[in-house]
Amino acid sequence: MHTLSVSALGNALRRKEFSSVELTTHFLDRVAAYDTTLNSFITVTGDIALADAARADERRRAGEDNPLLGIPIAHKDIFCTRGVRTSCGSRMLDTFIAPYDATVVDRFRANGTVMLGKTNMDEFAMGSSNQTSWYGPVRNPWDADRVPGGSSGGSAAAVAAGLAPIATGTETGGSIRQPAALTGLTGLKPTYGRVSRFGMVAFASSLDQAGILARSAEDVALSLGAIAGHDPADSTSVDRPADDYPGALGSDLSGVRIGVVKEQFGEGLDPVVGKLVEEAIDDLERLGATILDVSLPNSALSIPVYYVVAPAEASSNLSRYEGVRFGHRAAHPVDMEDLYKRSRSEGFGDEVKRRIMIGTYVLSAGYYDAYYLKAQQVRRLICADFARAFDQVDLIVGPTSPFTAFPIGEKLDDPVAMYLCDIYTSGINLAGLPALSAPAGFARGLPVGLHLMGNHFREDLLLSVAHRYQQATDWHTRRPARFT
Amino acid sequence: MALEPGGILHIAHLARLHLLEDDAERYAGELSAILAFIEQMNAVDTGGVTPMAHPFEMTQPLRADIVTEQDRREEYQANAPAVRDGLYVVPKVIE
Amino acid sequence: MMWEAVVGLEIHAQLATRSKIFSGAPAAAGAEPNRQACAIDLALPGVLPVLNAEVLRMAVMFGLATNAEIASRSVFARKNYFYPDLPKGYQISQYELPVVKRGVVEIALDDGPTKRIGIARAHLEEDAGKSVHDAFPGETGVDLNRAGVPLLEIVSEPDMNSAGEAMAYMRTIHSLVRYLGICDGNMEAGSFRCDANVSVRRSGETALGTRTEIKNLNSFRFVGRAITYEIERQIETLAGNGTVVQETRLYDAVADETRAMRDKEEANDYRYFPDPDLLPVELSPEYIERIRAELPELPDVKRQRFRSEYALGENDARRLTAIREIADYFEAVANASRQPRLAANWVTGDLAAALHRANIEITHSPVGPEELATLIVRIADGTLSGKMAKEVFESVWRREGDPDSVIAKRGLVQISNPAAIEDFVDQIIAAHPEQVEQFRTGKEKVFGFFVGQVMKLTRGQANPEQVNQALRRKL
Repeated sequence: MHTLSVSALGNALRRKEFSSVELTTHFLDRVAAYDTTLNSFITVTGDIALADAARADERRRAGEDNPLLGIPIAHKDIFCTRGVRTSCGSRMLDTFIAPYDATVVDRFRANGTVMLGKTNMDEFAMGSSNQTSWYGPVRNPWDADRVPGGSSGGSAAAVAAGLAPIATGTETGGSIRQPAALTGLTGLKPTYGRVSRFGMVAFASSLDQAGILARSAEDVALSLGAIAGHDPADSTSVDRPADDYPGALGSDLSGVRIGVVKEQFGEGLDPVVGKLVEEAIDDLERLGATILDVSLPNSALSIPVYYVVAPAEASSNLSRYEGVRFGHRAAHPVDMEDLYKRSRSEGFGDEVKRRIMIGTYVLSAGYYDAYYLKAQQVRRLICADFARAFDQVDLIVGPTSPFTAFPIGEKLDDPVAMYLCDIYTSGINLAGLPALSAPAGFARGLPVGLHLMGNHFREDLLLSVAHRYQQATDWHTRRPARFT
Repeated sequence: MALEPGGILHIAHLARLHLLEDDAERYAGELSAILAFIEQMNAVDTGGVTPMAHPFEMTQPLRADIVTEQDRREEYQANAPAVRDGLYVVPKVIE
Repeated sequence: MMWEAVVGLEIHAQLATRSKIFSGAPAAAGAEPNRQACAIDLALPGVLPVLNAEVLRMAVMFGLATNAEIASRSVFARKNYFYPDLPKGYQISQYELPVVKRGVVEIALDDGPTKRIGIARAHLEEDAGKSVHDAFPGETGVDLNRAGVPLLEIVSEPDMNSAGEAMAYMRTIHSLVRYLGICDGNMEAGSFRCDANVSVRRSGETALGTRTEIKNLNSFRFVGRAITYEIERQIETLAGNGTVVQETRLYDAVADETRAMRDKEEANDYRYFPDPDLLPVELSPEYIERIRAELPELPDVKRQRFRSEYALGENDARRLTAIREIADYFEAVANASRQPRLAANWVTGDLAAALHRANIEITHSPVGPEELATLIVRIADGTLSGKMAKEVFESVWRREGDPDSVIAKRGLVQISNPAAIEDFVDQIIAAHPEQVEQFRTGKEKVFGFFVGQVMKLTRGQANPEQVNQALRRKL
């Protein structure tokens, strides 16, 4: 069951080959068997899952049908889930039971999905390797000594290992696409505002966006259809109807103009990764796409800009964690300042503290113009680069990550090296564009991701091109040997 | 911009983070390296460029002035570290 | 040495909405602690703000009423600081781009002339919660019901030069926001409060002196007294070659003095930046014009109209228009009775006194405008004397009936029939020959005795004018 696609699972449920309860039990069993190794879940919600599954079976008996009815899903522990701990990978929220569901969770539930549990993640989504979680690192199913990427590393590892057919993730600078690339999955970050942020613990509000990690573009398309759309509870949600993503699959590539970012094949890129991505681009050309060169001249500045904008917003977004209304509170505070400082220092890990301090610094008196304002100006230039490119082409391609999964422990002592994991992805978040990563081969046995970037609201085109590519290749069907 | 440990302590205070002296030293080094990296942006001329705070040029939607929230105090306060008589309790605040 | 004081006020007017500025929780005061604090007000993880349309409409009304510029684009920013009653660790407030800029109001000074006071800006922001210091020994309780209640902060130019001007300005704004129906003006409950910026300089100097800010003044009287004290303190300091320290001070009403306050955050570095959860607010000219068309008549215009339409003097017109409900009441009485002068006298006189004694608002007056109008008609048509009218008013106030039924019940109709009056006069003259003799020998004072006797005989119902005339004739 765990090797079947979402549509195959849907068909089997429809034909009553198995029930959602049986399917759910199968996945829960796999979680129990394998997750002690992977550590991809922070909380497994077995009882809720079985109740969800029984309800889905009931709905199906009552005549209801939709592509996700009875399909198990794992939610990144950044999404609030009513009555279930929502930790965001942090000691700060270790005891926090959300009193409401995130819109994403709510919409999946309305579609009849079954919540298996909450997946591990970098603390407050700050990290690219899932090593900053209070609940310990997640291991990559392709090599348990290596990281799965981050921050949605738990979701990536769980889907890659067949512990869940699909999982939610979130991005601020590449947190869906980079782990998707490092674990051989298809991961989509939609256009900013396409999916509601309500109930999603905020990291950097102008960059955050929810998305999907799955084993194919088709599975992503089926899932995205459930959550895309306007939410009046999120002021930044776009009031525009969602497209029919599954319906857009299947078109051919002739006439599709694809631009290759020349700046993203230079220094810092693992040559083997580069070669595989170039081969994937050749495949796209063979499938009928027109390949052109495009330039994103300010591409290299996306990480510096990102590390001003994201920490600035985060420093403010994370001020609410101070041990008064919820969350970790230090023992025996002598006064208010002591309560604030010790609760926050004990509750937050190193990377979170680092980013809060960077953000506080770049917003502070005397530095605002030189850092924050400057970054906002360069952000516009980065966006303009993309706008110019999309005047010439329909999609942009490049590598998702400069390298494959690296060993656990690496880059932890060198924040800047860690930040460069997102060198190809973070520009997309600054510009609010949709992008996905799709498997494009293996370098030394480790998955490599092809990065497809689209214009605003062109999730349909991204998914249809990725789907066409996946019809012609089998990289996305490969499974890590230990988890077959 | 290289940050001194003293500067770090001021920033940590603004952010209400408690740092030990050793931590301050270490963070000063790390943050200085990050800031040096960030300063690559200074290479680009941004004269006349309007700062961009949002990915889109959208405008704020408005909500009708209607009460939609019910009292859920008990449920919300179940997460609170210290509550008495419906109030969140903190150490004495001196004004 | 002559000194000049320079005063600017920052007024916080709580906007009279049903729900909060960014959440659907009720904005009303008076609930048990934290029963009106929803997930958004509590800043629970993952919640997001959505702007209440009504606060925007109210801010624009205020801007239009003060001839201000309405910003076609305004932006909400975050003001970052830690305080237990500030759940998010930041306050959402408009900073660089407020919705209202450069307005002006005219204030009336005690000695007659008026003065124009500039309004630098008015911006929207959310209120904080309340720290309860006396609930538990050694601990503070936090009630977040008020967190997220909408405020309009109205910042004046430093255009005032005395405590009296500051009070007049505050009264003018108070009257205006109540006219517009955007704030209930309840100062005791804190829905209209202000901070005062005070500095002094030597007369003739153009540069401003160092200013202090006096926080949280919640009555007109306190504004006056705090500013008076602070001006004197600063002059004394400077005259003694001291320096004024830029600081925040609190007014202690009991000691009648201001005192330096412990700062919330010693180095105030609020790290303002645009709130990424909210988008820029854009207002179209059509939207603004629609609100302009819905504006009520404002105090200045109404005052002019009352003067011309009802032939009132400046003072009466001003007293009657300061509060919209009083103006409405007066107009109802004046129009129903067609006696604007009498209506003005009664509304500013007996009615105002009675309301004041009973401590009730005019909208809850036991004597309604129709009843007062009837009463006035009865005075005008000669049915009631002034004294009788007061008696009827008292009865109606005690809800003993409408004026006509009170008049009928008590037989309070004034006797104006000349034959009847002559009859009464004749009876009194016949009964008091001694006093008649005194009067005729020049004792003019005795005349009052006769009037009194006639009125006594008629239980006050005789028309005094006619009694006078009859007595003069007969004596």
